[in-house]
Amino acid sequence: MRVLGLDIGSRSVDAVWLGDGGVIVDAAVADSGFDPAATARGFVERGGHDVLIATGYGRHSARQAFDCTVVTEIKAYATGAAALFPEAAAVLDIGGQDTKVISLGPGGKVVDFEMNDKCAAGTGKFLEVMARALGYSLEEMAAHATAADRTVAISSMCTVFAESEVTGLVHRGEDRSAIARGLHESIAKRTVSSLKRVGATGPLVFAGGVAKNPAMVRLIRDGFGGEVVVPGESGTDSQIVGAYGAALCALASAMAGL
Amino acid sequence: MRTIEVSDSTSGAPSCARKGTQVSEESAVVDYHPMWEELGLDLPTHDALLGAVGQMYGDAFLTQENRPEGMGYLDFVMSEVHGLRVKELHDFRATGGKIVGTFCLYVPEEIVRAAGAWCVGLCAGAEFGYDEVERIMPRNTCALIKSFMGFELTNVCPYIKESDLIVGETTCDGKKKAYELLGEMQNVYVMELPQMKRPQDVAFYRAELDEFRGKVEELTGKSLTAETLKASIKEVNDKRRALQRIAATRAASPAPISGKDALLATQVAFYDDVPRYTQMMNKLADELEQRVADGVGVAPAGAKRILITGTPMALPNWKLHDIIEKSGGIVVGEEMCTGSRYYDALVPEDGETVEAMFDALAEKYMDINCACFTPNQGRMDDIVRMAREYNADGVIDYALNFCATYQAEAFTVEKTLQAAEIPVMKIDTDYSAEDIGQLSTRVEAFLEMI
Repeated sequence: MRVLGLDIGSRSVDAVWLGDGGVIVDAAVADSGFDPAATARGFVERGGHDVLIATGYGRHSARQAFDCTVVTEIKAYATGAAALFPEAAAVLDIGGQDTKVISLGPGGKVVDFEMNDKCAAGTGKFLEVMARALGYSLEEMAAHATAADRTVAISSMCTVFAESEVTGLVHRGEDRSAIARGLHESIAKRTVSSLKRVGATGPLVFAGGVAKNPAMVRLIRDGFGGEVVVPGESGTDSQIVGAYGAALCALASAMAGL
Repeated sequence: MRTIEVSDSTSGAPSCARKGTQVSEESAVVDYHPMWEELGLDLPTHDALLGAVGQMYGDAFLTQENRPEGMGYLDFVMSEVHGLRVKELHDFRATGGKIVGTFCLYVPEEIVRAAGAWCVGLCAGAEFGYDEVERIMPRNTCALIKSFMGFELTNVCPYIKESDLIVGETTCDGKKKAYELLGEMQNVYVMELPQMKRPQDVAFYRAELDEFRGKVEELTGKSLTAETLKASIKEVNDKRRALQRIAATRAASPAPISGKDALLATQVAFYDDVPRYTQMMNKLADELEQRVADGVGVAPAGAKRILITGTPMALPNWKLHDIIEKSGGIVVGEEMCTGSRYYDALVPEDGETVEAMFDALAEKYMDINCACFTPNQGRMDDIVRMAREYNADGVIDYALNFCATYQAEAFTVEKTLQAAEIPVMKIDTDYSAEDIGQLSTRVEAFLEMI
């Protein structure tokens, strides 16, 4: 049985194709753009799958458009992370517009979880806006944050207020690297306290687009205390964990139905 | 005078009109605009509000499958929410009757009715007129307060306008200050509610009831007597008994009624005509009991069963129930003022003197477990008991943002439920639609998890 798992997020649409036995045969990541449904349709129309499942922010639109099953990002990330790292006890996903922390029980079962609420504070989108305010690309900002020899405390987590704060600091002549460092630290600090609230212990799987940011990975490793594993460091794109987990959920239901 | 007549038709849609006239035809042609204009409503804004609520109602309620026929009555009441019922109040006042508007369970309807007035619970469940409110109140005021203030400031609530007296209470700081401002526009009287439940607090509240009695008697020019009070205690208890019957059927699996419909039944209890409402809810309860006997339900037997606890959900706030039930879960109970706190306890009916009955009222009302009290262990016990009685798979603790008491108590609720090994999720929100996507994901994930 071949399964296509789609994770339709605010910043990217991620696809994973599973072959027999649940092996990843292909994966793709595309910008959501202004029409994520069209992007998703592009993947669906490649064909070759027997079962389709969607997760992410656009899952319900996908259910209507493609008449497929859906699963939440929480379960999808938990399942995907536990399949990649069977010893995983917790998952952190920092995506384009939301952050999820999940504490896992045996077999990747969700024990508790927390999501940021309606605003995009401390997510990938936040980093994009701040990079623009600093005149960096995302990669440059991460590199400068890592290289910085000092930091500036950023007090706002609201994307709009933090942008004004950063602009103010730049105008005062503050070192951009130190600001970049401060921004990453403020996200890491918030994320670590969220992990504590759900009682997360290591090994922690750090997935999602922001897990590709080496500065964030390092700060989460420093702050969390337990072991932190990143899919990208062992050969699986960190961004496709949700799509992979969704596909595995569909496979499991299909097997249970047989 | 137009009255709503309860029909015995089995269609579930009551015929409501002048005696002998079919309402459905008539209501289509009745234009309430002259009445609304007379009340001082802002007609275009009010039309916009009714349009929005009508759309919300259709989307949340009329899309449900296999609804009990008895819900036809509540559909009708809602379709006439600012029409026929307001006309009834209007006509009652035209004959000298008085209307008392309230916001809170701690204002006893029994006393209002025993002194010859009618009681209406005022709406406070939609985001409306906030820009006007924020000119006179802080932005970080809870949605419930902003809502009723917004309704009045934009002149869209006919119930406030029909109220000869609005009774506030001191359940929170936001409301206390809001009543001062509302008092500049309407005839407002504030009852003081203690914050603890010691004997001296009950005695204090008992004295407040005496004051309140005097206030209502002064308003109506009629005296409350042992006879009228005994009758009103019985009448309001009957209403609660009907709601208890409905609630009891929700323990069954599959549940015979959706949480949304059950919540609506409670919300309507606050302003509908008491004997008529009681009769119709007993009919609904008959139907639900039959459904339980026949194993008929509104959700698949495997649907995850959720108990909701927290801040009241005033009309037309159906947001959380809608999200849960559209996510495949079913709400089986509400530990809230628009739920069990309203109907679980009855006032003893054996009192013979006004004094004895006032004692009984004071004890009953002071036994409601609102988060404005400290300590509030009774609420913790209620939540755990209800989760078990209604066979809930999990509890969602719901608080409006900036509701300090419920938001703070949420931590105790969480701890209590964890100790009882009942899954719990905490949600802080308001009436806006902007977080529905995020909330749906959280609710769906919670349903998957439990």
